[in-house]
Amino acid sequence: MNPPKTSAAAPEAPERHPTGAAGTLNLRLRVWRQDGPGDAGRFETYEATGISPDASFLEMLDVLNERLTLEGREPIAFESDCREGICGTCGLMINGRAHGPQKGTATCQLHMRQFSDGDLITIEPWRAGAFEVIRDLAVDRTPLDRIIAAGGYISVNTGAAPDANLVPVPKEASDTAFDAAACIGCGACVAACPNSAAQLFTAAKVQHLNLLPQGQPERWGRTEAMVETMEQFFGSCTNHGECSEACPKEISIDFIAWTNRDYVRAKLKNRKLAGQR
Amino acid sequence: MIGSLDARLPGGPVEDAWTDHKFSLRLVNPNNKRRFTVIVVGTGLAGASAAASLGELGYRVKAFTYHDSPRRAHSIAAQGGINAAKNYKNDGDSVFRLFYDTVKGGDYRSREANVYRLAETSVAIIDQCVAAGVPFAREYGGLLDNRSFGGAQVSRTFYARGQTGQQLLLGAYSSLMRQVSAGTVDLHTRAEMLDLVVAEGRTAGIVVRDLLTGEVTAHAADAVMLATGGYSNVYYLSTNAMMCNVTAAWRAHRRGALFANPCYTQIHPTCIPAGDDFQSKLTLMSESLRNDGRIWVPRAFDDARAPADISEAERDYYLEEKYASFGNLVPRDVASRNAKAVVDAGRGVGPLRNGVYLDFSDVLARDGADVVRAKYGNLFDMYERITGEDPYRAPMRIYPAVHYTMGGLWVDYNLMSNVPGLFVAGEANFSDHGANRLGASALMQGLADGYFVVPYTVGDYLAGRLGQAGPGTDHPAFGAAVSELNEQIARWTAAKGSRTVDWFHRELGRIVWDHCGMSRNAAGLAKALAEIPALREEFHADVCVPGSAATLNQSLEKAARVDDFFELAELLARDALEREESCGGHFREEHQDAEGEARRDDERFAHVAAWEWAGTGAEPIRHREELEFNTVTPTTRSYK
Repeated sequence: MNPPKTSAAAPEAPERHPTGAAGTLNLRLRVWRQDGPGDAGRFETYEATGISPDASFLEMLDVLNERLTLEGREPIAFESDCREGICGTCGLMINGRAHGPQKGTATCQLHMRQFSDGDLITIEPWRAGAFEVIRDLAVDRTPLDRIIAAGGYISVNTGAAPDANLVPVPKEASDTAFDAAACIGCGACVAACPNSAAQLFTAAKVQHLNLLPQGQPERWGRTEAMVETMEQFFGSCTNHGECSEACPKEISIDFIAWTNRDYVRAKLKNRKLAGQR
Repeated sequence: MIGSLDARLPGGPVEDAWTDHKFSLRLVNPNNKRRFTVIVVGTGLAGASAAASLGELGYRVKAFTYHDSPRRAHSIAAQGGINAAKNYKNDGDSVFRLFYDTVKGGDYRSREANVYRLAETSVAIIDQCVAAGVPFAREYGGLLDNRSFGGAQVSRTFYARGQTGQQLLLGAYSSLMRQVSAGTVDLHTRAEMLDLVVAEGRTAGIVVRDLLTGEVTAHAADAVMLATGGYSNVYYLSTNAMMCNVTAAWRAHRRGALFANPCYTQIHPTCIPAGDDFQSKLTLMSESLRNDGRIWVPRAFDDARAPADISEAERDYYLEEKYASFGNLVPRDVASRNAKAVVDAGRGVGPLRNGVYLDFSDVLARDGADVVRAKYGNLFDMYERITGEDPYRAPMRIYPAVHYTMGGLWVDYNLMSNVPGLFVAGEANFSDHGANRLGASALMQGLADGYFVVPYTVGDYLAGRLGQAGPGTDHPAFGAAVSELNEQIARWTAAKGSRTVDWFHRELGRIVWDHCGMSRNAAGLAKALAEIPALREEFHADVCVPGSAATLNQSLEKAARVDDFFELAELLARDALEREESCGGHFREEHQDAEGEARRDDERFAHVAAWEWAGTGAEPIRHREELEFNTVTPTTRSYK
């Protein structure tokens, strides 16, 4: 069971980081606890005391978890791995914002100097129908992989590639493809979207390949398959733009526009191909 | 007891070795390929590329990752780039030069034939990645750009901004997902391998635990390939991701696979210094920063002034002074040891005096902030996010951290371990980097192994297995492994002591860092060998693992991994103690010249140390594989 999207308090602008007496922060955390996918879940409140402003947000949770463990309570399940903002494993709703208050920053890169002594911080999992809550703050994001499996690749078998410099790629195209490919697959776009659409994720993946000469042979089939697989699992995009705001890599919403254009063209082209068959 | 170690190295000139060897490898008929099941554990660069390539060939592949998606593997965090001997810059690079540099960089502790193959296949890797859509940096003419990296004197490094590992992994992952979609690869996510099953003298399969349900299952295969990464997290603080561990490799070791050169660990010179006790990991700042940044510390001891208040005359640009020709671009081990020397001498900087400055004021004055931003913008932003300091205005503070491990499971030229049917690729094996890895060569090795070596050599092994069905999961060896594992898990969940798993991991890391870190000596290693087993006993007696085994339980996962780190740490210290020489990442204080430079001992130690597990508490057995240098003559590395 997933909590409703709107349960969090409205986000407030974070103040700069005045700290408590010892130069550390004392915080109250309102944390979503849920034993498993079938559990209804609830908020629990914890005190996090003596937190260094130089600690990362997840290190703050590590400290709390160590304390809970020693008190014989179960630590809060949350996911993270690289802790440098590139693997996309982490992701928390912090005061109602995906990845918290700092723009262009994944949860693992958020530091406690963004908060003030005495703050109440609400921490929740990604909220989306397609992302089932596994436990506490951990969710299942495998539907994103299904979108990739539908066409997020170039069909080239190992060994079949021509020399890398055989096909020049205009620098602008390559750089823009990179801007799209910078997506870390964290799912913040889905969590932030009022429709729980994965359109920014899908568009970034589609455009990364559609912008490159190597991606042209499969362009139309890829676009149609990936967009429609997205629609199977996720809500539909209605151009709110929350996704791009929440994206830790600041992926541009333009990629959605380009993907919509490619999708319309794909529908025409793929139909024609079907008619010829 | 293992017999003699046969690396199955091809004879003849090193330039022809791989071509000739490939021709001698047996083939499996396309119709027979689908009869064979190959398990691939790990979906980083080596694992994803191997699983995809084997699937394309027509084998039935089962790929396992403990992540929720193959794309999360730690290859994704590699920043700098990937080497390839394309010579696109016309600056004198060649396959032979890349081979030569890699053998030299590894301080003459790697196999010539392996390294030559690596250099040779590097060229095809770039072709493959570009065809798969990897958006490498390009010049305005649309052709690929290269840069010099990590002190190389030619520009052979291909890069994708500061996110090369991410882009390469996304490329390999997309190829893997294509095969998942085609049905040739059966992908198991959130599934952690916790044992290797060996039956009738060969690899029979693996045992995995589902991280969500806790269910333990057995999987049989005709061959198993481990691509499970390195063991830097034995130090607790490293640049590796939180979950990186040695467990899959270690449990294979306990089932008979030899572990080679565990003491070869790489300390990366440019990481952000640790802040406090709760620091969970260290962050690397790409080595490319040393191309433009100047490293210095104050000449005075315990100098608390702001860097801007310290005049040029009061600054010690110690690398530039000591190494006139390479300066700030000396290899990683040399840069790291020199940083340790000045910090140990009390001249460190920052609130904890545990770093050195990496100063960009010269390049900022010369080229302007915009040029610097175009080159290093994402790294500068990352630094500011973590430290709250702006590197455009004040120098960065850096300090070495453990980054990569050259040691790993022993493999022959075919990347097969001494256990028939068990292959090991990428950082998990020991094969290509000798005692020290060059910058931008880890990505190269992962993809070389996965795309271009294992697909051939697994076929050779399987060709010999035609018509001989391996033992299925009903074989008693599987049942025994499953119940052994279930008992272990039950022991962990019953552990309700007074300390957390992380506490023990931190303490273990402290011992390993203090005594088996950037420099080592006999007394310290002996101390580590006494402290590690004592702490392990305490760990077993007093650790607290909350929760049950039937749900997602991160404490339980960590407990099992830390337990294996304890055993590995002991082997690491033992290997470092036995290797009485300094080479590459392994620096023994007893073996240095008058100027403090490493002294290698080719007479006694030009060999691979491959350790055999002899049981818990028993002394492991050290085997040797002699290294022969027929093409490159070992010399003393000099960067002066």
